[in-house]
Amino acid sequence: MSTTLAGIIFIGSLVLALAVAYRPLGDYMYRVYSGTKHACAERAIYRLIGARPDAEQTWPVYARSVLAFSVIGILFLYGLQRLQNHLLLSLGFPPVKADQAWNTAVSFVTNTNWQSYSGESTMGHMVQMAGLAVQNFVSAAVGMAVAIALVRGFARKRTDRLGNFWVDLVRGSVRILLPIAFAGALVLIAGGLVQNFGDAHDHVVNTLAGGHQAITGGPVASQEAIKELGTNGGGFYNANSAHPFENAAPWTNWLEIFLILLIPFALCRTFGRMVGGDRQGYAIVSVVATLAVISVVLVQVFQLMHHGTVPTAVGGATEGVETRFGVSDSGTFAAATTLTSTGAVDSFHDSYTSLGGMMTMFDMMLGEVAPGGTGSGLYGMLILAVITVFVAGLMVGRTPEYLGKKIGSREIKLASMYFLITPILVLAGTGVAMATRSGRAGMLNHGAHGLSEVLYAFTSASNNNGSAFAGLTAGTVFYDTALGLCMALGRFLPMIFVLALAGSLARQGRAPESDGTLPTHRPQFVGLVAGVTVVLVALTFLPALALGPLAEGIHS
Amino acid sequence: MRYPTWIRQHLAALRALLVLTVLLGAAYPLAVFAVAQIPGLKHHADGSYVSLHGRTVGSSLIGQSFTGKDGDPLRQYFQSRPSNAGDGYDPTATSASNLGPEDIVDTLPDPKPVAAGKEDENAGQSLLTQVCARSKAVGELEGVSGARPFCTPGGVGAVLAVFGHRTADGTVPHPTRVVSLNEEQGVVKAPFIAAYKGVPVELAEYGEDYAKGLVVPIKGDAPAEPAVPADAVTASGSGLDPHISPAYAALQVNRVAKARGTTPARVERLVEASTDGRDLGFMGERRVNVLELNIALDRAFPVRG
Repeated sequence: MSTTLAGIIFIGSLVLALAVAYRPLGDYMYRVYSGTKHACAERAIYRLIGARPDAEQTWPVYARSVLAFSVIGILFLYGLQRLQNHLLLSLGFPPVKADQAWNTAVSFVTNTNWQSYSGESTMGHMVQMAGLAVQNFVSAAVGMAVAIALVRGFARKRTDRLGNFWVDLVRGSVRILLPIAFAGALVLIAGGLVQNFGDAHDHVVNTLAGGHQAITGGPVASQEAIKELGTNGGGFYNANSAHPFENAAPWTNWLEIFLILLIPFALCRTFGRMVGGDRQGYAIVSVVATLAVISVVLVQVFQLMHHGTVPTAVGGATEGVETRFGVSDSGTFAAATTLTSTGAVDSFHDSYTSLGGMMTMFDMMLGEVAPGGTGSGLYGMLILAVITVFVAGLMVGRTPEYLGKKIGSREIKLASMYFLITPILVLAGTGVAMATRSGRAGMLNHGAHGLSEVLYAFTSASNNNGSAFAGLTAGTVFYDTALGLCMALGRFLPMIFVLALAGSLARQGRAPESDGTLPTHRPQFVGLVAGVTVVLVALTFLPALALGPLAEGIHS
Repeated sequence: MRYPTWIRQHLAALRALLVLTVLLGAAYPLAVFAVAQIPGLKHHADGSYVSLHGRTVGSSLIGQSFTGKDGDPLRQYFQSRPSNAGDGYDPTATSASNLGPEDIVDTLPDPKPVAAGKEDENAGQSLLTQVCARSKAVGELEGVSGARPFCTPGGVGAVLAVFGHRTADGTVPHPTRVVSLNEEQGVVKAPFIAAYKGVPVELAEYGEDYAKGLVVPIKGDAPAEPAVPADAVTASGSGLDPHISPAYAALQVNRVAKARGTTPARVERLVEASTDGRDLGFMGERRVNVLELNIALDRAFPVRG
């Protein structure tokens, strides 16, 4: 079988598996978030938290709960890293440096999971398990909660209540993420991933050639499963999912890509169910799938054609790529990880062909909506749908409506502010980095590729992706601080706008459909949303891309 | 005592985090660990250790270097891919090169410390030169041509700085001066081509700034599919890649057979046994597990002495 054909079947089988999971998982999540009964264990949790599960919250209260939980999460994770030498299973590592601990804490709480540290030489098992992995769960659950709150805004009428954050958080974690992660972890172990509490110092082997090699174990499988499922991406090891202990075989690679895409896709079904029209869910998932497939194919084409000086000299784009995955499947992973907010990598994007590397960047610049992070992808896509009906309404001169809700001036202002945050953070951040000595000092490569590294870093941080053109020396005070700020602002400002929008939508009644209503479940609307998404991104980021990867890719 | 709302909210958040930490941060990984103790999973969960003559020699998932103390390849072993993990295949420092596809100009070493037998720490090989140097070394070891496109016969990147007026399309049709950027005076005797567009090519001098020149890689006439396969000249993502391609394994068979005093056909049979096809026929690539292969070799054809 040729590499190209195998790559096509690989992508096709993923699409098929996601299609099969779409309805059952989407319906299950619908029941999780709509159910009124609390399990016995959940009641106990609510009692411990001190939350009243049946009292629903208004949008400001919901937003303040999100922020309070995130602030506490950052402080807790920061403290855990700074005190790690006093903890069990610390493997003798010293406390993490202050700026790096801040960066990592923000990074994991915001679902970015940017790695400015090297896992195997910085983090003990306790910090990985009780700190990082916990945020892998809850940051994903927070994203889903906010998305569900927005969907409730569309689904409800004449109310100021959006649900209870604590209930959404606990249910998302316990009923959705935990069971899938548990099953996923065991399957991954069957593929070769490790799950132990060993200390590398006790596992030094004498190699065949007479040298020594420390085998670095750890509770990897449990963390890997939720790292992909929650679209987190922070690796147990520095080499992330390229490490054989994180991703042991070609089929675990397939499974990890599947886990990355699973919830973001199925949430479209949940959305459709909640707003009372499966077709609305299919429309959104069509937009998402179209963009995703195009992007995956483009990465593949650029990688397999291996344009550029070094790839031509080599005879393939194999630098930074593992033999067992190959160039094609690695490209699929790269597209999946940047289309969602995951940022895990099974090959190193910095060494990709110029245009292949640009596609990964472009995927993130789409705002991570195709399908985006767990939860954050859905609310990002719905914001773009709102902008689309507004644009369409302007074209035909009617009041824009989406799902029976009028998109008035308050709504479109909130949607626009949501959209503008990321470009501002990315472009201003890159600008500041290029203008300062400490910003420029971090670049590993020169010229256009150096700019790509910085642009990629700010794109990744502001979009809460977390993958890197890893050549950039990001563990400096400048980058730790600046990227930390981008991650925090890029996560929480959009969330506040989303919840405000949800609040104002829920207050409205439901406008009856008329002849003038733009149908939002037809192919026409699908094309329109996809078009608006691409055009908005292209206009915003093309100049920056032209100076980086395009300049590099076209000159030779 | 009743706290203000914002404090109560943060206390609730703290309690929620603590409860979830116990559940997701302790109970969950421990439960996975417990289930992973069943036979069938335990071997993997522990790290897929492999042994030879009762001695644990590594993990079948983690690649190793098969080089001697001086860093030269041991002729009796199949060689792994190049690695950027520490000094090579160091699991405590996993890493990729992260060098880009147009990383083609070296930072030349200062001749003074080099003459004194020391290394210049500021010097650095470009990715292109690394690829060319590896290709040349593997070619010499296996007795085939190490030539590649964009590489000099000396095993560095064939890259020129071309000075002169640039036209609108970005080329320099009438150069005034041409320098071979990766070939240093005193290290290399003559540049890889004598002249470029009629202008004699100079060797690069340490400390000179050639930034004004147009950087032109020269493809040369090496075949597009060189004798040394791609995975032999590029580093993996993790630096711990346990596999090589069947093509790279095939290239090494004769050398290993000779070093072990056996026939290539017998070694080939072991290579075949350590080769995995694509998972389910379409996932990943065909690959040879180097450590497992070398263990099998040590069992079947031990090296005398």
